[in-house]
Amino acid sequence: MAERSFKKEVEELRAGAGETFTGEGILALTKALLENGVGYVGGYQGAPISHLMDVLADAQELLQELDVRYEANASEAAAAAMLAASVHYPIRGAVTFKGPVGVNVASDALANLSSSGVAGGAIVIVGEDYGEGSSIMQERSHAFAMKSQFWLMDPRPNLPSIVKSVGDSFELSEASNTPVMLMVRIRACHVTGSFECRDNQRPDLTVEDALSNPRRDWNRVVLPPMSYAHEQDKITTRWPNAQNHIMERGLNEVFGPESGELGIICQGGMYNGVIRSLQRLGLADLYGNTDIPIYCLNVTYPLVDEEVIRFATDKKAVLIVEEGQPEFIEQGLSTILLRSDLQTMLHGKDVFPMAGEYTGQIMFDSIVAFLRKYAPEDLPGQMRAPNQPLPAIPDLSKTVPIRPPGFCTGCPERPIFAGLKLAQQELGPHQISADIGCHLFAALPPFEIGGATMGYGLGPASNAAFDGGGEKRAISIIGDGGFWHNGLSSSIGNMVFNKSDSVAVIVDNYYSAATGGQDVLSSRADNPSKATQNPISKALEGVGVKWIRQIDHTYDVGKMRETFVEALTTDYDGPKVIVASSECMLNRQRREKPARNKAINDGKRIEVLRFGVDEDICTGDHACIRLSGCPSLSVKHLDDPLRDDPVAAIDQTCVGCGNCGEVADAAILCPSFYRADVVHNPGSLERWWAGWSGRVISWLQVRRASKRLTFTEAGQ
Amino acid sequence: MNAPIDLVAGPRDDKLQSIIKLAILAVGGQGGGVLTNWIESLARAEGYVVQATSVAGVAQRTGATIYYIEMAPAGDTEPVFSLAPTSGDVDIMIAAEMMEAGRAIMRGFVTPDRTTLIASTHRALAVSEKMVPGDGISAPEDVLEAAKLMSDRLIMFDMDQLAAENGSVISSSLFGALAASGALPFSRDAFEQAIRASGKAVDTSLRSFAAAFDRTEASESDADPVLSAPRRNNHHVAGPASVLSDWQALEAEALALPAPQMATLGLRKVVDFQDLTYGREYLDRLQQFSGHDTGDTKLCETAAKHVANAMCYDDIIRVADLKTRQGRFNRIKAEVTPGDAPINLTEFFHPRGEEIISLLPAGLGVWIEARPRLAAWIDRRVNKGRRLRTHRLRGFLTLYFLGGLRRTRRKSLRHKIEQDHLNAWQATCLEAASQNVPLAIELLKCRRLIKGYSDTHARGLSKFSRVMDAASLVADREDAPQWIERLREAALRDEHGEKLDGAIQTVRSFAD
Repeated sequence: MAERSFKKEVEELRAGAGETFTGEGILALTKALLENGVGYVGGYQGAPISHLMDVLADAQELLQELDVRYEANASEAAAAAMLAASVHYPIRGAVTFKGPVGVNVASDALANLSSSGVAGGAIVIVGEDYGEGSSIMQERSHAFAMKSQFWLMDPRPNLPSIVKSVGDSFELSEASNTPVMLMVRIRACHVTGSFECRDNQRPDLTVEDALSNPRRDWNRVVLPPMSYAHEQDKITTRWPNAQNHIMERGLNEVFGPESGELGIICQGGMYNGVIRSLQRLGLADLYGNTDIPIYCLNVTYPLVDEEVIRFATDKKAVLIVEEGQPEFIEQGLSTILLRSDLQTMLHGKDVFPMAGEYTGQIMFDSIVAFLRKYAPEDLPGQMRAPNQPLPAIPDLSKTVPIRPPGFCTGCPERPIFAGLKLAQQELGPHQISADIGCHLFAALPPFEIGGATMGYGLGPASNAAFDGGGEKRAISIIGDGGFWHNGLSSSIGNMVFNKSDSVAVIVDNYYSAATGGQDVLSSRADNPSKATQNPISKALEGVGVKWIRQIDHTYDVGKMRETFVEALTTDYDGPKVIVASSECMLNRQRREKPARNKAINDGKRIEVLRFGVDEDICTGDHACIRLSGCPSLSVKHLDDPLRDDPVAAIDQTCVGCGNCGEVADAAILCPSFYRADVVHNPGSLERWWAGWSGRVISWLQVRRASKRLTFTEAGQ
Repeated sequence: MNAPIDLVAGPRDDKLQSIIKLAILAVGGQGGGVLTNWIESLARAEGYVVQATSVAGVAQRTGATIYYIEMAPAGDTEPVFSLAPTSGDVDIMIAAEMMEAGRAIMRGFVTPDRTTLIASTHRALAVSEKMVPGDGISAPEDVLEAAKLMSDRLIMFDMDQLAAENGSVISSSLFGALAASGALPFSRDAFEQAIRASGKAVDTSLRSFAAAFDRTEASESDADPVLSAPRRNNHHVAGPASVLSDWQALEAEALALPAPQMATLGLRKVVDFQDLTYGREYLDRLQQFSGHDTGDTKLCETAAKHVANAMCYDDIIRVADLKTRQGRFNRIKAEVTPGDAPINLTEFFHPRGEEIISLLPAGLGVWIEARPRLAAWIDRRVNKGRRLRTHRLRGFLTLYFLGGLRRTRRKSLRHKIEQDHLNAWQATCLEAASQNVPLAIELLKCRRLIKGYSDTHARGLSKFSRVMDAASLVADREDAPQWIERLREAALRDEHGEKLDGAIQTVRSFAD
């Protein structure tokens, strides 16, 4: 079960014509799919569309009622491949994943799909992970649309536009026999708002119906000579059909006055930012009525030459607002304008920065720069000569610490890396490669373990050059999510086949945890619609791994360290795989906490664990923190003027995972940690025994105190 | 970061002024999402069009996270809202932590022409602040000064603690402060209704909301937010009457020293560690410094602090003594449970052979240490993790017995080692004091480098001696104190002393 439940919101997806839906972008997308008669949906989780997968998973009942098939695909490649159903059958299908990394993984299937062409509308909803909040390399999915020729929608970031774009995408796909990628940016995925609903539609042809009447057409197979014909078909038929459809349906929008010397062309996703800048300049009102004409590209690929020329005609200059690089749209516009006989100047990345997110400030500054070139009189007086500069922002860069993401309180991965850090203290530093997942946080302080990461499920594969071994062995990390995504074949299979003499650690936290706790094949939970509980170690045995160490309690730091040392020093020269399994604490707490509270209320005997630090004993060296980084383990200044350095302190959020005690023991740190277990609803014998030994202890304490001086804080 | 922000006050659409722009900067897991939902449903219920956005993703895992809301009175057409805050264009900035307030200021989201800054003064320390071996905590005063300078209105207090006191989390106290600020044109009832409508933890949220509301109204007349509690040093002393009178004599002597407050605190510490005789020795040591004091009491104060710390070394006896005291048991009980439920206590020990040997009488200890095979055999017997359950008699008695070894501590090998070390260091400091008091102060302060147990302690000792060695190279220079301070601060920056090595290289380069 995923981290966030949408069960409640999913009920609102049943709304019909005449009702208004209010909520988040991803829910609106799901509703739009249902309104447009989608026949099957799928995808692979990843920010910013993880929640879209969660919504679909939680909406299974509703999907079944409408005969819509839902798959939680094994990877983006699997999701894109599923769209093959729309090649021969007029069924609408939609899959979702993050861009551009998901598109990277899916590109094989997407290229084949684009060559074959589709009969039913096929769309990929891509959450473009770019700019602030992104967790990946900064690239564009746009290039994939260009190389494989599928169309790219980039709707204005408000709910009615996003909802409309889903229907538009299906129609455009069908009108041009081409898959369509619908791009939503990070903030648009989570933007809230309202739209008018339509009734949900059952698909005209369901996947079940299709199975009863199979179809095939060998012209669609990507083999010569058909593949040559596909290329010609893309250019001579599908492209012009798409352009015509875009024009006929007015998928791109023009705002503002009919004529004007200047104009702005923007990606749909940039529209709100452009309007905000114009609003601040007094050139647009609250509702977006603008004094400067805007040609808004809700379809960013292909460009429609005729529309571009119509917009540019009679304009002195146009500005293209295109986020990301390279500036594909600007290059396309350049070609169109150069081939025309227009004299319109084109600006874009000359006033905007080439790289990086178009934040409010960059957008504003760049539009001002553009206006200053051509129409300084349109700028408000103060822009030309500011007479009230604000005070300079005090430089806090040395004060405010960076705050990158890290392991959660009680995370079971922390002790794995504490163990590895200790093993390296013993055996020296090793070559370590990382993978994608929560475990990548180990690359940051305090662990600083693992360097480059080459992609999901590719951790061990990215150590392949070191498979031959040497004086020291290479270590690689991979998560359970990455393992099932493609790690089993690309990483582990690769190690076995090449007789790798290195070590792989599989971090098994029972979920695809970084993306929000979705189930994977080896999840321990019962999932009514998915087959879980397939142990990773069995899969390893299946592909021929002989040296496997299964650890079922990662919090045993000493054992983790020993296992690492064993793997790094054993005589066995084949692949060595450590499966370190303990449940993601975030998910475990969400499951256990309510159950625990209920049990306490029901009068059952429950121990609640928490760690603490004796502040008199802690000497303030913080070695424990360098092996933890837990949010609940912090430091604090004491009231004592004799002490300079802050001492360790554990706050109320401690979940008693055990790492602190284990680390203190394994690293021989200090005796300041203690664990205090509160026993709720103890039995009468236990209570009597506790009372008796408590009285003896207390008597001994008083006895010793009576013979010496005792200093206490006044007022205590 | 120092560029002034252009102020744009062009011929704006009047209606534009009606957009309220609100940003929330939080640490992942603080409930920024809940707060955003409350504000959204509040505004919608009050007839506003609202748009909220957030940047989720991995930042939710304890990283800095931002939420952004725009709202305007509903009309016939939908307004066009921005999806991200722009510097110089935020009306209400809510920061759920002190340094996040600093981050908001750095990003230009707080400007004196328009921004109400609502921030909690509590700290959620970043890993980079926590992991340094010394004191890496950022100074909140810088952020406070910047907040005063940059905000139009400032509401700042420890909203985290207030929420905790009311059994809630910070989102509810931030919401209360927002309500009381009057920055949103909605009534208190409407705010409370939004909490009720959410249906989750309503009672505690409302209680925390109300407390923050009252606190905000009251604090607007306050001069300055209080960043930290003043240090207390009022102690109460109890004990047998005969011992008490001896104590009072010693205390009177300490109070007569040039730095009476620190000397008294130090005296308490060493007496608590051992006994009155030990307190007597402490005062004797201080007397040797007081003669060199130049009048500003700095030398004495520094000596009082660090000599006390040096005398109270961290041996097993001290740990066992502290862990078996009644005050500790009571404190833990008060911390973990309000009721009378039994508490099971587990202590984590990992003694090594040398710690056990150091407890033995000095002669025997030295004899064993001279026989490595015997020492190794002892180490093999004792060196393992031990969990003592001190709520049970067996575990408690083990520690109680060890704590009782206090009486024979003076004969132990550890005591001899510590005394020798202390005497040598004190002699160096005293010698310096006779010529150069600032130099002596810096040398005294180097004691701060020795801390921790086992490997950590050994590492601290090594850093200490490296700094003291390097100090001897520069002792004759006029800027010796500054150099020693630099060396010490470098030693406290990282675990293995890499920065210290660099600093020592520099010292050597001009000392040779």
